Amino acid sequence: MSAMLLIEQALNGLQYGIMLFLMAAGLTLVFGVMGLINLAHGSLYMLGAFACAAVAAATGSFWLGLVASLAAAAAAGALIELSVIRRLYARDHLDQVLATFALILILSEGTRWLFGSFPLYLDIPAALSGPVRLPGGIDYPLYRLALIGFGLAVAAGLFLLIGRTRLGIRIRAGEADREMIAALGVDISRLYTLVFALGAALAGLAGALVGALQSVQVGMGEPVLILAFVVIVIGGIGSIRGALFGALLVGMTDTLGRALLPVAFATVLPPAEAGSVGAALASMLIYILMAGVLVIRPGGLFGRA
Amino acid sequence: MRREPLLNALILLALLAVPLAAQALDEPFLVTLATKAAILALAGVGLNLALGLGGMVSLGHAAFFGIGGYAMAVLAAPVQAYEPLMTWPMDLPGTKSMPAIWLAAMAAGALAALVIGALSLRTGGVYFIMITLAFAQMLYYFAVSWPAYGGEDGISIYVRNGFPGLDTLDPLQFFGLCLGVLLLALGAMHLIARSRFGLALDGARQNPERVAALGLRPARLKLIAFVVSGAVTALAGALFADLNRFVSPSMLHWQTSGEIMVFVILGGAGRLFGPVAGAAIFVLLEHLLGGISDYWKLFLGLALLGIVLFARGGLIGALAGRAVAHD
Amino acid sequence: MAFKATLLAAGAALALAGSAAADPVKVGMITTLSGGGASLGIDTRDGFMLAVEAAANPDLTVVIEDDQQKPEIAVQLADKLIQSDKVDVLTGIVWSNLAMAVVPAATAQGKTYLSTNAAPSQLAGKGCNPGYFSVSYQNDNLHEAAGAYAATAGIKRAFIMAPNYPAGKDSLSGFKRFYEGEVVSEVYTQLGQTDYAGEIAQIRASGADGVFIFLPGGMGISFVKQYADSGVGLPLIGPAFSFDQSILQAMGDAAVGVLNGANWSPDLDTAANATFVESFRAAYGRLPSVYAAYGYDTANLLLSAMAKAPVSDAEAFRAALKEADFASVRGKFSFAPSNHPIQDLYVREVVKEGDIYTNKIVGTAMTDRGNPYEDACKM
Repeated sequence: MSAMLLIEQALNGLQYGIMLFLMAAGLTLVFGVMGLINLAHGSLYMLGAFACAAVAAATGSFWLGLVASLAAAAAAGALIELSVIRRLYARDHLDQVLATFALILILSEGTRWLFGSFPLYLDIPAALSGPVRLPGGIDYPLYRLALIGFGLAVAAGLFLLIGRTRLGIRIRAGEADREMIAALGVDISRLYTLVFALGAALAGLAGALVGALQSVQVGMGEPVLILAFVVIVIGGIGSIRGALFGALLVGMTDTLGRALLPVAFATVLPPAEAGSVGAALASMLIYILMAGVLVIRPGGLFGRA
Repeated sequence: MRREPLLNALILLALLAVPLAAQALDEPFLVTLATKAAILALAGVGLNLALGLGGMVSLGHAAFFGIGGYAMAVLAAPVQAYEPLMTWPMDLPGTKSMPAIWLAAMAAGALAALVIGALSLRTGGVYFIMITLAFAQMLYYFAVSWPAYGGEDGISIYVRNGFPGLDTLDPLQFFGLCLGVLLLALGAMHLIARSRFGLALDGARQNPERVAALGLRPARLKLIAFVVSGAVTALAGALFADLNRFVSPSMLHWQTSGEIMVFVILGGAGRLFGPVAGAAIFVLLEHLLGGISDYWKLFLGLALLGIVLFARGGLIGALAGRAVAHD
Repeated sequence: MAFKATLLAAGAALALAGSAAADPVKVGMITTLSGGGASLGIDTRDGFMLAVEAAANPDLTVVIEDDQQKPEIAVQLADKLIQSDKVDVLTGIVWSNLAMAVVPAATAQGKTYLSTNAAPSQLAGKGCNPGYFSVSYQNDNLHEAAGAYAATAGIKRAFIMAPNYPAGKDSLSGFKRFYEGEVVSEVYTQLGQTDYAGEIAQIRASGADGVFIFLPGGMGISFVKQYADSGVGLPLIGPAFSFDQSILQAMGDAAVGVLNGANWSPDLDTAANATFVESFRAAYGRLPSVYAAYGYDTANLLLSAMAKAPVSDAEAFRAALKEADFASVRGKFSFAPSNHPIQDLYVREVVKEGDIYTNKIVGTAMTDRGNPYEDACKM
């Protein structure tokens, strides 16, 4: 395997990791502030992709679709928080898991009811389609480069929001001591709605951005949800920094594992068998990574435990 | 008057009445449905020990359920193919005998639960939920790409395994067998909950510091409970595989974990008969709602949501009039 | 789970004209109607019911059930259909793993199974059964068509790729069976994978001059979009499932020009096909997919057998099925001794007609192709 191919694969891993970060950030934020475990986070990702595809098909503009995905996911998030999630804060994780599992069923089948059973069409905007030549002679898709840049910008924005703004101070205060900030007169229920909607919007945005590359269909959110879980467990639940680091680690491990393991096995096994054994191991690699991290640091890499 | 024991008796009677109803209505499929409910209830009973009594919210019990199923396939497939199970280090034939398969399934489930539990119990709370989920996914991907037992296609065992003295191919007798196993497991759970181990486990869930101060090790108590829980769920997996005469990685899928958890919480976590009520209601809802609409899962979701929001302590909790299971 | 589509007599006159052996037949259809794979099952059902409704035979009843794409559910539904509904014939399963779970047990109980799609190798060779008929193909056929045609299409050095599961491995071996060029790389991806950047980088670096993929459903949509955007630009070929009507609209321009091996196409020039495509469009407002075509053929095959023999006489009924005395939308159609079809295989190209993406036949890959496992089938 040439160095160029390795660099290209590393870029792919980076891009994959950054998309995972957008998913994981919302999940970890909601857990950090509200102590809520949300299995339906993947459904919000799906919702964003469907909103983007529907609006892009109606208006012909991917960018309007992107705005729609943010708006739709945030609105759905706020609505879900107000109607369902709000009643779950005082409950244990068990009730939260069951209720959000029920939400997955409702959102998935509801989406299928609205949009039908066939996958929707959503394509990369014309301005970002096609490959560009990078220094060193790698042809790399422009859209994926844009995703890396855009994802990093969102991550920076999120860090600024949490580190430098009033809202961020409240969020951090909420993570540290819930009773105290309520006592200080902060409208805690509005803060919760806001945080949940923010997490939902990030998931919806990720869904729309990734939807342009993939297939927009019912059930697309669930595999990503499980990966996002792995990310925040590795990074430490509640830590945005941990989510970023965990996401990049998972993205890199998965992409490089898939590329390198079959090649590595091919040195000792016949090609067809090596491909299949390598692929099997590659699909388990991130879970092995997670188990490894937990043995060393049970609270995750950036966790407080 | 305590209403919960009365409710439990009613649930049992309902399960027993199903075969009679099936005969009367000439709907033999009802027996299969009741068998499915009994087996899923058993899986729930297993999870309930970890979840209700031990406070360990495992979203990865599909791992044990699937391991039980595959234990059945690994033992029964060689017999079907007229091959030995292994020739090294010793000659060992496969088996079509349910008791042997159950033992193997429980041992395999317990071993997996020991490894997964030892790693996962280093953490707690929400970490535990996600880690158990991830371990189950790991096994799922392994099963999908492992060619020996059919990979994604799964493997069919064409004739149901046998139990001494019974004709397991007869739906009624197989139902009776599954119900018997379920009742035994319920009895064992009842004894465990009242035993010193059960009380200590309950203590470890509610107040680990106090249990530790008494000289007991909460982590170890929990691990033992998790191992037993995994073994019982694996037993249910072996029975489920025999019900379908088929095993595939979908038994290991994370939605299966979610569904097992739904049985437990639907009925009432920590209640002896919670999983039984939950599994019965789930199977019934699935069967009835499916008759109404292509989008029946939407209504299933709404029903689940309604129960968790407005019927605290699950169905048994709501009907028995007490929200807290342990008192 | 039982939404029953009970068909009542549409007209007594038609009924009298139709059947010589008026023996009621109850069909149980198990197919995927909910979840991510629902579009395939819906097309199967709609194609099947289109033929059933057109025939308006009062002796035919269909019970339709949703398997949720889960093998366990499919097994339980088969039990229900056999035990409670007492069906004579089962049909409709889309996925090979579900077929493997249901078909052996159903045929062992004396039922006849007509496959509208999945036809795994296990049921084609040693596991063949007089009660099991594949109306669609044998699973390898469409991959063979792609392999046989790839060299003709100028692909001399192929990069081949499929998910890491049994159907994926069968696919690649089916492709290689008649491929005359060189396979430069053979890659297995994860089932359900949605990001193919890594594999596309490998394609670019492989020195291949063409790519064969078998990535059904959403996996194919993801790959084709990402591949088109990557600018690699090597010709792409696959089996029809990866480029079928039900998913082409979601691929859009990215799929135009892709070749795919098939045994049916909406533009196939037979009288029965013209009627089928026209009436399907009129009834459902969309173009039919291969799944709809197989469903339609299956129903017509069943109707043809019903007119010849009573279902209660299993042997006579199966012999009547085996004659395949119906007007297939595929034109030429007969059964080999293993109950798998002998038919022509084509290669189609994805084209855009107005706003609709669809397939056009560009060549014949193999004529009178049957079941590759025929010799292993002893019955």
